Amino acid sequence: MSPSKLQNQRSNNPENPPHANPWADYETHPQAYDELLDADGGVRPHYVRLMDALGRFTAAEMKHRQETCLRFIQEQGIAYHVYSDPRGMERPWQLDPLPFVLDPVEWRRLEQGLIQRAVLLNRIIADCHGNQDLIRSGWLSPALVFAQPDFLRPCHGIRQPQNRYLHFYAADLSRSPDGQWWVVSDRTQIPTGAGYALANRLVCSRIFPESFRDNNVHRLAGFFRKVQAAMSGLAADSSEPGKVVMLTPGPHNETFFEQAYLARYLGYMLVEGQDLTVRNNCVYLKTLNGLERVDVILRRVDDDFCDPLELRNDSMLGVPGLVEVVRAGRVIVANALGSGLLQSPAFMSFLPGLCRHLLNEDLRLPSVATWWCGQKKAQKFVLENLDRLLIKPAFRTRMSLPDPEKRLAEGEKAELRRKIAFDPDLFVAQERVQLAHAPCWEQGRFVGRPVGLRVYLVADGDSYSVMPGGLARVAPAANGQFISMQRGSCSKDTWVISPTPVEEFTLLHSPLQNVELRRTGNNIPSRLADNFFWLGRYAERADATARLLRSTLLRFSPEPVGGSLPVLAPLLQTLASQGQMEHAIRPESWFCRPEAFEAELFAVIFDANRAGSLRQTVDHLQRLAMLVRDRTSNDMWRVLNQLGEELTSNAKKSVVLMGDAGSVLSQVLLGLAAFHGLARENMTRAQAWRFLDMGLRLERAIYLGSLLDGVLQTPDPENPSLLEAVLEVADSSITYRSRYNLIPSLPSILDLVLLDDKNPRSVLFQMEQLAKHFDRLPRDAEESVASGRKLLRNDLAALRQAGSGEQGCLGPGSSMEPVGLALRQTLNDLPRVSDLIAAGYFAHSTISRTGREQAP
Amino acid sequence: MTFAITHQTVYEYEAPVAVSHHVARLEPLSSPFQSCGRFELDILPAPGLRKVHSDYFGNRLCFFAIQESHSRLEVTARSLVTRHSIPTLPAPASPVETEGKMETDTPWEQVLEMFRDPVSPQVVDPYQYIFDSPQVRASMELADYALPSFSGGCGLMEAVRDLNRRIFEDFKYDVKATTVATPLEEVLAKRRGVCQDFAHLGIACLRSMGLPARYVSGYLRTHPPRGKPRLVGADASHAWFSVFCPGSGWLDFDPTNNLQPGLEHITVAVGRDFGDVSPVAGIVTGGGSHVVKVSVDVEPLDKP
Repeated sequence: MSPSKLQNQRSNNPENPPHANPWADYETHPQAYDELLDADGGVRPHYVRLMDALGRFTAAEMKHRQETCLRFIQEQGIAYHVYSDPRGMERPWQLDPLPFVLDPVEWRRLEQGLIQRAVLLNRIIADCHGNQDLIRSGWLSPALVFAQPDFLRPCHGIRQPQNRYLHFYAADLSRSPDGQWWVVSDRTQIPTGAGYALANRLVCSRIFPESFRDNNVHRLAGFFRKVQAAMSGLAADSSEPGKVVMLTPGPHNETFFEQAYLARYLGYMLVEGQDLTVRNNCVYLKTLNGLERVDVILRRVDDDFCDPLELRNDSMLGVPGLVEVVRAGRVIVANALGSGLLQSPAFMSFLPGLCRHLLNEDLRLPSVATWWCGQKKAQKFVLENLDRLLIKPAFRTRMSLPDPEKRLAEGEKAELRRKIAFDPDLFVAQERVQLAHAPCWEQGRFVGRPVGLRVYLVADGDSYSVMPGGLARVAPAANGQFISMQRGSCSKDTWVISPTPVEEFTLLHSPLQNVELRRTGNNIPSRLADNFFWLGRYAERADATARLLRSTLLRFSPEPVGGSLPVLAPLLQTLASQGQMEHAIRPESWFCRPEAFEAELFAVIFDANRAGSLRQTVDHLQRLAMLVRDRTSNDMWRVLNQLGEELTSNAKKSVVLMGDAGSVLSQVLLGLAAFHGLARENMTRAQAWRFLDMGLRLERAIYLGSLLDGVLQTPDPENPSLLEAVLEVADSSITYRSRYNLIPSLPSILDLVLLDDKNPRSVLFQMEQLAKHFDRLPRDAEESVASGRKLLRNDLAALRQAGSGEQGCLGPGSSMEPVGLALRQTLNDLPRVSDLIAAGYFAHSTISRTGREQAP
Repeated sequence: MTFAITHQTVYEYEAPVAVSHHVARLEPLSSPFQSCGRFELDILPAPGLRKVHSDYFGNRLCFFAIQESHSRLEVTARSLVTRHSIPTLPAPASPVETEGKMETDTPWEQVLEMFRDPVSPQVVDPYQYIFDSPQVRASMELADYALPSFSGGCGLMEAVRDLNRRIFEDFKYDVKATTVATPLEEVLAKRRGVCQDFAHLGIACLRSMGLPARYVSGYLRTHPPRGKPRLVGADASHAWFSVFCPGSGWLDFDPTNNLQPGLEHITVAVGRDFGDVSPVAGIVTGGGSHVVKVSVDVEPLDKP
């Protein structure tokens, strides 16, 4: 078909020069259904409005919108972890700007089919975990259940409220050339992607705001309101709103972004297994204030990993003892443990019969033709048609099969035949579907790409509600047969349009609802407090390191100047004292070889593999930011992300000049200033902030203290150039000048940088802040808090005492010895204070298993 | 034959354990050939929570949680078990007169046919033991090993008895050769192992042939050397396998000793493999490393 009607569209708009028409190359696939154009090349009615708008865009305008799309994704930090991608967790989410549009009438039909299917699957799971009538009466082949690693025997017989196993369900749909939708796979374990669909919507509705409005696109928020209702309805005790948490496998999971995003959007705490504990047959969250009961766990951990005691014992992602609590009905896990069973494609061939048997209805939404080799006839058919079928493992296994995108070699075919014949239960074959094509934006033009759609359902009363939309995904190549984000597919926002204006939903509570006012956000999990504490420490460590290095670079010149040596020694020694520069102990040696010294400095800044380098510190910082992702603002995340970019992009340059390095350090410091500003101005003064600030104060006191200690130990501590450098590192030059207008002297510097309680960069200031924090720590750890408080008070007293000198203050000729002693005492105590905080609040013991002794 | 059995497990932890959860499968099963007259389970320190229920395989399971700090855990099971030479309860559709001896030995191919899809509802229960389990996976290699015992038209019992003998003869008992985590392929290659490995091997061979087999954990009465007194606590837990024979139900084989268990084998629990019947399993929080001491005492109460 020639894209004649699209060409016509262009001619309606004389402003567009022909060569800029991005639709010029759009071609329909001869065999595939085209989502945009009908058989005659006309735009399908539900795409007309969108095309009216898009047809007016030049390539340049489309490019601009796509760039905006990319920018939004970057700003929101939307990411997906592709396991094989070296960028790992930083890989940005792939979103094609063009939405996938669905006709309202067709959507209604799909909805009905999906609801029926969810109800059916739920009934089957319930039976498999209960009486197993379907198996005993021959409706379901026993091997389908018993051979599955996903049939969790310890979960058999556990009663679910309302017999509900599937709270969430998703289906992958494909459209065949005749326009019929087919279910390609059922997602019953952890239906992922609804959060990405939401993120896509927020981006896409902003790129095409006019079209979004004009098309009356159904909002997604209503669906998430139903998710909240479904979860809170599950809480066992109805007198109080139940506590719902989202259980994550952690930041290394491919969809961690989505988990943090959804947790924040739905208002649930994102927890890892180690944040939860089982006591008295209930599940509790370990918080700074003690244990808090959990009623509902929305899990993003595979069910067999949820309890190392009764389920898979080689994983520590879950909560020991959880199954027993579920058995007692004192916590609800959604989806129920065991619901992964129905994810096997082998069930598909049984669904039409089961639907008639269980629901007395015909299956409305067909599955793609599926043959499970556990049945004799099916096996025979599969072996005869190996070439044209798609062979898949029937169950979740580590079995490796030939690449389905390539033709099988004769040897491979024989091997596959042998495997199927030996253990037929493990294999399923499916028809290869010719996927429908949808328009996508690719390198400055519109092209057709194979498309699939994932749709989402949530339990609603005794039925289900469907999210009006979904996650459409397109294969990267025109002849692609498989769609998976792991294989480099790209996603699309999905618009279910309406002929009439749609209801505006928002997740904000209605003002009439009785909301109990709260000002506390105290109950954060101990693990999060730990992460915030280290976020503070690493942020300040990066700050101090960058300042020390910047001052070093400024004073270092390849022409050896004897005078700069004594100035640099204390700076480098401070870095060395924190294990960041081992060789700096004797800087004299480096001065003989300025190139080596320069290389050493660059390594301390840029080398990711070097312990304590600025780059590594920033890496730690980003990792921690990832761990508290659901607890911090997007701005904070972006600021930290950019820090890393500065360091990595410069490190890749072939030549890095001293000046470049200096400006990188300044950029990093600016970024850190933004981070500190956000922390100070945008975080409520709750426990998260308190632990962050404690970390920061502690680290700053350590660096400043070490620097001053280094100065006191140099042969000539009165050296004005050295003192100038100290002021620079302590960011106190301006204050100093406004006070003294003199060449720096040691007593005045010590007064300002060590003892001045008004200077936010003095050691004493940090100590006072720390002492204040200690007074407001949660009461749970009396002993550690008391010891820490005592240490801080003693140090403060010693510093003040040393500072009062003979004339009540430090003056010319005062002995520096008492100051030095107090300083060293403080430096000695600070790591102990840190340990006490950790012992009091972060004590997460590791768990281990016992009792797997071999029987003789 | 009645036995007083004491099975004690003691964990000593390097550091205090804050909280621990355990599952114990120590209560001997009751079956047509065995009745458990009395069972006591003592746990020190006393668990904050203790619950008993049956697991998927019909074993009695005790779940317990210790919620106070402790550095030692002592689990002592005491049971009184009587073994019967004649079943006290009729086995399902059983024509057998004595345990392990059938009037007619069904050809193994015929049994194999019974377990081909679609299987009749009557054999759905044993059918569950045909499939791979976490520690026992069927393979063509294992089928090759098993095959010489399964000649055409041979009775199932005769074939399994031969397989049992071959495992006993081909494999050397060696406590140092394997650990609880050693995969079956390695056992097969090394030709060494302990009772658990041999039981797994027997099961894997039968499953690779397409026959249902399960793991049995229990105790074996030991006889002191002639003229020496019986040593208390010197016994150990033991493991063997069981094969499903239509008409007579599950029949046991002990490849470690090349025999068919009789009055001196006491069954505690059955499952697909060791993972389903592990006597005391636990997850502890804290504790560091630990040492475990297990002692088993099987005391015959009847005069010989």
